[in-house]
Amino acid sequence: MLNINNLHVSLEEEDKQILKGVDLTVEAGKVHAIMGPNGSGKSTLSYVLSGKEGYEVTEGSADLLGEDLLEIDPEERAALGLFLAFQYPVEIPGVGNMTFLRTAVNSQRKARGEDEMSASEFLKVVRERAKSLKIDADMLKRPVNVGFSGGEKKRNEILQMAMLEPKMCILDETDSGLDVDAMKLVAEGVNALRNEGRGFLVITHYQRLLDHIKPDVVHIMANGRIVKTGGPELALEVEQNGYADILAEVA
Amino acid sequence: MALAQVKIEATEERLNTLDMPQEGWSTAAREDALMRLRSMGLPSRRDEYWKYTRPDTLVQPTAPDAAVLHTDEVPVFDALGRLKIVFVDGVFSADESDDLTLEGVTIERLAGATADIHWAKGLYGVLENNGQNPVERPLAALNTAYATDGVLIHVTGTPSKPINLIYRHISNSSDAILHHVLKIDKGAEVTILENGPAAARFNKCMEIDVADGAKFHHVRAQGRDHERRAATHIFARLGTESSFKSFTLTANGVMTRNECVIELTGDDAHATVAGAALGDGDFHHDDTVFITHDAVNCESRQVFKKVLRNGATGVFQGKILVKSGAQKTDGYQISQSLLLDEDSQFLAKPELEIYADDVACSHGSTSGAIDEEALFYLRSRGVPVGEATDMLTLSFLAEAVEEIEHSTLAEEINERLAAWLARRRG
Ligand SMILES: Nc1ncnc2c1ncn2[C@@H]1O[C@H](COP(=O)(O)OP(=O)(O)OP(=O)(O)O)[C@@H](O)[C@H]1O
Ligand SMILES: [Mg+2]
Repeated sequence: MLNINNLHVSLEEEDKQILKGVDLTVEAGKVHAIMGPNGSGKSTLSYVLSGKEGYEVTEGSADLLGEDLLEIDPEERAALGLFLAFQYPVEIPGVGNMTFLRTAVNSQRKARGEDEMSASEFLKVVRERAKSLKIDADMLKRPVNVGFSGGEKKRNEILQMAMLEPKMCILDETDSGLDVDAMKLVAEGVNALRNEGRGFLVITHYQRLLDHIKPDVVHIMANGRIVKTGGPELALEVEQNGYADILAEVA
Repeated sequence: MALAQVKIEATEERLNTLDMPQEGWSTAAREDALMRLRSMGLPSRRDEYWKYTRPDTLVQPTAPDAAVLHTDEVPVFDALGRLKIVFVDGVFSADESDDLTLEGVTIERLAGATADIHWAKGLYGVLENNGQNPVERPLAALNTAYATDGVLIHVTGTPSKPINLIYRHISNSSDAILHHVLKIDKGAEVTILENGPAAARFNKCMEIDVADGAKFHHVRAQGRDHERRAATHIFARLGTESSFKSFTLTANGVMTRNECVIELTGDDAHATVAGAALGDGDFHHDDTVFITHDAVNCESRQVFKKVLRNGATGVFQGKILVKSGAQKTDGYQISQSLLLDEDSQFLAKPELEIYADDVACSHGSTSGAIDEEALFYLRSRGVPVGEATDMLTLSFLAEAVEEIEHSTLAEEINERLAAWLARRRG
C-alpha cells in the first residue's frame, strides 16, 4: 500500500539532511510501528509523506496505492486516502470543528467524484463516532482544537480519522498526553478501523499503546534511517533496554 | 493660522463647481458650514490627518470617472423585509422607492423639507460642527453646505422593519453629495441599512442623535464598483443607556475614507463601530474613527478587519478620548489586516488619550499573513488550498462580523464575504 524507497530529505531553509535513505513498505491490513530516539526523523517522515512545505526530497520515492505521493498536493494525498494524526494538532480559531469536519469529508468525496454527505447524515455519523470517543457536543461546536486539552486534541484527531475513513493512517505519537482511559478509547477507535484494506503506521515511544494496538511489524528509526525491523518483540526490547544496544549493534 | 494660498485656491476651485441649495430652515446651517469650510480649507496631502490617504481625488473639482459594475448578483439586502429609499447617482428616485410611511418613524427627503421651521434644524450641521474639534473634517463641512438631498428620519417608536437606503450608480461621471439626519427619540429603536456605490464619487454625511435608552443599528455594504470613490462621515451623539452599533462591509472601490465620530454624552451608553474590508489590487480603504467618552460607565468597541491582496492598501486611524469625568470607561479597539501577499500594505495609527483614572482601555493592531500551519492542517484533511485559505480568511473576518447584532444580517454579510473570496478563486 505505502512504499517508501531510499527517501532522502533535507530542510529547505538550511542545509540540513534529516532523512538519510528511508526504506519502508506498509501492506494493506497491517499495522507497522515506528520507534526511535527523539530527533531521529519520525515526524519529519510523516510530514513529508503528507506534503508539508519546508522539506526537500533530494533522493528516493514514496507512493501510495501506486500513486507518486511526492508529486501531488496535500489535499490530493488526503483524497487518495492518506491521513496523518498530528503529534501537535493545530488550533484554528474561528473555524468550527463541525464545519471543519464536514468540509473535509465532502472535499474528499468531491475530489474522488463521490456524492457529498448530506447534513443530516453527516450529523448522525459524527455524533455516533464522537460518542464512542467521548467527545461531547460542546467540543464539536468549538473552534478546531482551540482550548482543547492535550488529550482532547488527540481524541479529536482520531475522530477526524474515523470520519474520513482513510486507507493509510499515520499516527504520530497519538498516545502522548493521553491518560490511561483515553489511551484505551483511542486504541479502540483505531482498532475499530482496522480492516484488510487499511494500513497503519503508528509512531510511538511506548509499548503501552502497542499493548492495545497490536503491531504486525516494528521498525526502529535512528538518525534518519530505519535501522532495524522486527516483530512485536522488538518494541518490548526497546521498552526494557532502551536504544543503546540496538544502535550499537547496527553501528 | 492663515491658510496657505494653494489650499485656498484648491478649495475655491472646488466650490466653483457647486451650487448651494436654498431651502428655508437649512440655509443658515449651510452658510455656517461654508464659513467653516473656508476657514479650514479642503484637505491636502500635507495634512497630518491625511497622511496615509491622499485626498486629491476626493477634493478635485470634478469626479474622476468610474465605470459602472454590471453584475447579475442580487443586491445585498433584497431578501429582507425593509422600507426602500433609492437614490440614483445621488438623486432620489420616487419610482424605485417605497412609500415613505412606516409606523414609529417619519421620513422626509432633505430636498423636500423647505419650511422655515423643522426639527432637523437642531441637528443638521450641528453634530458635524461638534465633530470638527479637535480634528478638522472639511469634507463633512462641504457636505453640510452643499448636500443636494438626503433623508430626515425621526424615529419615535420601533418600526417593524429596517430602512434601507440604496445608492445606485449608473453614470460614469456622477458626483453625489447626500446628507442624512436621524433623530431617535427616547427608548426608540431603528435599523438602517445602506448599500450600493452611489456615484463615481460620493460624499455622504450622516448625523445621528440617539436619545436616552434609544438604539441605533446600522449595517452598510459599500458598492463593489472598482473605480468608485467615497468619503463618508458618521457623527453620532449618544444619550444615557443608549446603544449605537454600526458595521460596514467594503469590498472593492479605488478610494474609500469612512470617518466615524461618536460622542458618548450620557452614562451607561454603548457604541460599536466595526468593519470588514476586502481589497484586491487598486484599492485604498481608510477607516478613521474618533470616539469621545464624556460620561460615566460607557463602553465603546472598534473592531476593524481588512483583507488585502495584489497591492491593496488599508488604513486605520482610531482614537479613544476619555475626558476627565468619564470614569469606568471601557474602551476596546482592534484593527487587523490579513495580507495575502507582500505587495499589500496596512497602515495603522491607534491612539488613546485618557484624562480619567478609573478606566479600562485596550488597543491592538496587527498585520499578518495566512497561518501556514493551519493551512497545512486543513489541506492535510483534504480541503483544497483555495477553500482552506478562504476558511481561514473568513475566520479572520469573523470577529468584526460578530459585532452585528441581528444574525440574519450577519449571515447576509458573511455570504457576501464568502462570495467575494470565491470569485477570486475563479
Ligand atoms: N523545520 C525544522 N527546522 C529545523 N530543524 C528541524 C525542522 N524539522 C525537523 N528538524 C530537526 O530534524 C530532526 C528530526 O526531527 P523530527 O521531529 O522528525 O524527530 P522525531 O523523530 O519526530 O522526534 P520526537 O520523538 O522527539 O518527536 C530534529 O533534529 C529536528 O530538530
Ligand atoms: Mg516527532
